[in-house]
Amino acid sequence: MNILPQVVFILVFAAAGYLLYKRISFLKRNILLGKSETRNDQSSERWKTMALVAFGQQKMFKRVLPAFLHLLVYVGFIVINLEVAEFIIDGIFGQHRIFAPLLGGAYTFAMNFFELLAVGVMASCLVFLIRRNITKVPRLVMPELKGWPALDANLILVIEIILMAAILTMNATDQLLAERGTEHYIALGPLFFSGLIKPLFMNMGEGTLTFVERFAWWFHIIGILGFAIYVTYSKHLHIFLAFPNTWYSNLKPKGEIANMPEVTNEVNMMLGIPTEGGSEAPTEIARFGAKDINDLSWINVMNAYSCTECGRCTSECPANITGKKLSPRKIMMDVRDRAEEVGKSIDAGGKGLEDGKSLLGDYISKEEINACTSCNACVEACPVNIDPLSIILQMRRYVAMEESGSPAQWNAMFQNMETSFSPWKFPPSDRFNWAESVKDEEMK
Amino acid sequence: MSNYKVPTMAEMAASGESPEILFWVGCAGSFDDRYKAVTQAFVKILNKVGVSFAVLGPEETCTGDPARRAGNEFLFQMQAVANIQVMNGYNVKKVVTACPHCFNTIKNEYPALGGEYEVIHHSQFLQSLINEGKIVLKGGGDFKGKKITFHDSCYLGRANNVYEAPREVIKALDIELVEMKRCRTKGLCCGAGGAQMFKEPEEGKKDINIERTEEALKTGASAIAVGCPFCLTMMSDGVKNKEKENEVKVFDLAELIAKDQGLS
Repeated sequence: MNILPQVVFILVFAAAGYLLYKRISFLKRNILLGKSETRNDQSSERWKTMALVAFGQQKMFKRVLPAFLHLLVYVGFIVINLEVAEFIIDGIFGQHRIFAPLLGGAYTFAMNFFELLAVGVMASCLVFLIRRNITKVPRLVMPELKGWPALDANLILVIEIILMAAILTMNATDQLLAERGTEHYIALGPLFFSGLIKPLFMNMGEGTLTFVERFAWWFHIIGILGFAIYVTYSKHLHIFLAFPNTWYSNLKPKGEIANMPEVTNEVNMMLGIPTEGGSEAPTEIARFGAKDINDLSWINVMNAYSCTECGRCTSECPANITGKKLSPRKIMMDVRDRAEEVGKSIDAGGKGLEDGKSLLGDYISKEEINACTSCNACVEACPVNIDPLSIILQMRRYVAMEESGSPAQWNAMFQNMETSFSPWKFPPSDRFNWAESVKDEEMK
Repeated sequence: MSNYKVPTMAEMAASGESPEILFWVGCAGSFDDRYKAVTQAFVKILNKVGVSFAVLGPEETCTGDPARRAGNEFLFQMQAVANIQVMNGYNVKKVVTACPHCFNTIKNEYPALGGEYEVIHHSQFLQSLINEGKIVLKGGGDFKGKKITFHDSCYLGRANNVYEAPREVIKALDIELVEMKRCRTKGLCCGAGGAQMFKEPEEGKKDINIERTEEALKTGASAIAVGCPFCLTMMSDGVKNKEKENEVKVFDLAELIAKDQGLS
């Protein structure tokens, strides 16, 4: 018995596992460049949110057509990967279709179902390619997608189509070989979709046929392993991160901006209110607000790695709709790009965060963050509960408190609030004037 | 007949009384010429219904909402802590406000600073008065049989999930409520939130309030109802910009009720 394929398989599998491990460590470290934050209260609510939003695709269905196509790819991905389990067992033990004799008719049914899904995935990916490249759906061709993001999206779709084609090719040739009684090949019941492409291979000799079948098998499994590694470099990482990302969703009312306790202490001291901790000097505060990724929470950075650049946030953003530079999607892409840059620099023994660059300024401009109306449309729109607004507000805090660099009109407003306790410059003594005429009026 | 009363918390405390609710007027409600009419309309409704209320009057200051959203956390907390001291001093339990920004800040952000109150937006308050039969609507008034559209405020809707109360109030008026294409969770901002009210917008193709007004005008409604002072200003400006101010009016919910009740 030739054990070479088994050895090769195990080596390929181990190599892929090692590369994957390295990439996951890299990503984990990058995400943890963000500040620590504990968000694990209300665990039952969190599981529920994850089940509905990530597993159940709840928010996708705000747009029905893409949601349906996405669902096909999603279900296809999960279900077809059950077959990969068989591939791995077969690969390691030098078997072929190890589950077929055990499951009998159920196995044939499962294969037919997998093929149906494979065709569904191919059709969906084809429509997605058309939407991106031919009909050019506006949110899928915006400026921030130029270059790698556009290529990345197209590559994923093409890879998925090819992988699905490999499954159908494999099944078609496998069944032809089984029909000819070739050793190892097991005849199943009729397979509908691969049956349709059987004629393509009908005239091949047994040797060629075996080669095509083995090629498709290896292509599919190596393709899957390669895809798993590729995903860690791609926006497609959402297929894994959507789950923790939704689990760590912000469960508070969307309008609530998180408090800064370090400021509260100082404010209380200024107003002469006794603070907890008594007369202790306040701990040194590194920085107010966020200038770079290490000022953000790790959840913000994970949000960025979970973003699949679908642009639903940007297409709902009032600032973006009316032509301003702000695009919530770009904010998320910038955070990820900056995290990647810093991570790579650290691994290369470079300067990391101290490279003289920062998220605010080198990636995101003040013009972008100043245009935000904090309306939460982006947060509402995101199918995986990403919160671009949190990042924007933290950067505004840095600009206002560390740089005093807010727009002049905002600085004037701050001054009005300090002196007149209103954002407008009215004398505080006039605040109650509105009541005069009402008090004079006879009640009806 | 007696006159309308606008008691302050200080007056109430001096006479040993404590009102059921504090009506938080807000800066726009106190100073904005157009929006003062909304404050007055709401106060008249409170008088008419006989709700026990008081205002802070000269003791009220900005909640700090625009400062926090523009990034000035120090200024926000200075305002917030001072307000909380005043409110806690009067032992305030229940706050009603017509401004979704004040509503959101007092409801969601003051608790972390020691200010815990039951906070109600005036649309919710008006809805409960209607449901309890304390306000009996005559049905439409000037708007009877006409179309009206409601513009969702981000800080009421998406920020706090209040979508139905304003619509219930409008429906109770027996007016035809027509929805804009972008409404409820998908509502489009008027352009003023996040402290945008206090600066010129960034450069773009058009201003947000114009985009939103165009959408409102497309419904064919003869009035745009709002539940927020910023939305009122932005939509009114938009209607003026489109030179439709003679055909299309912008009203706050409290004004619609007050009109129906013959209070204004």
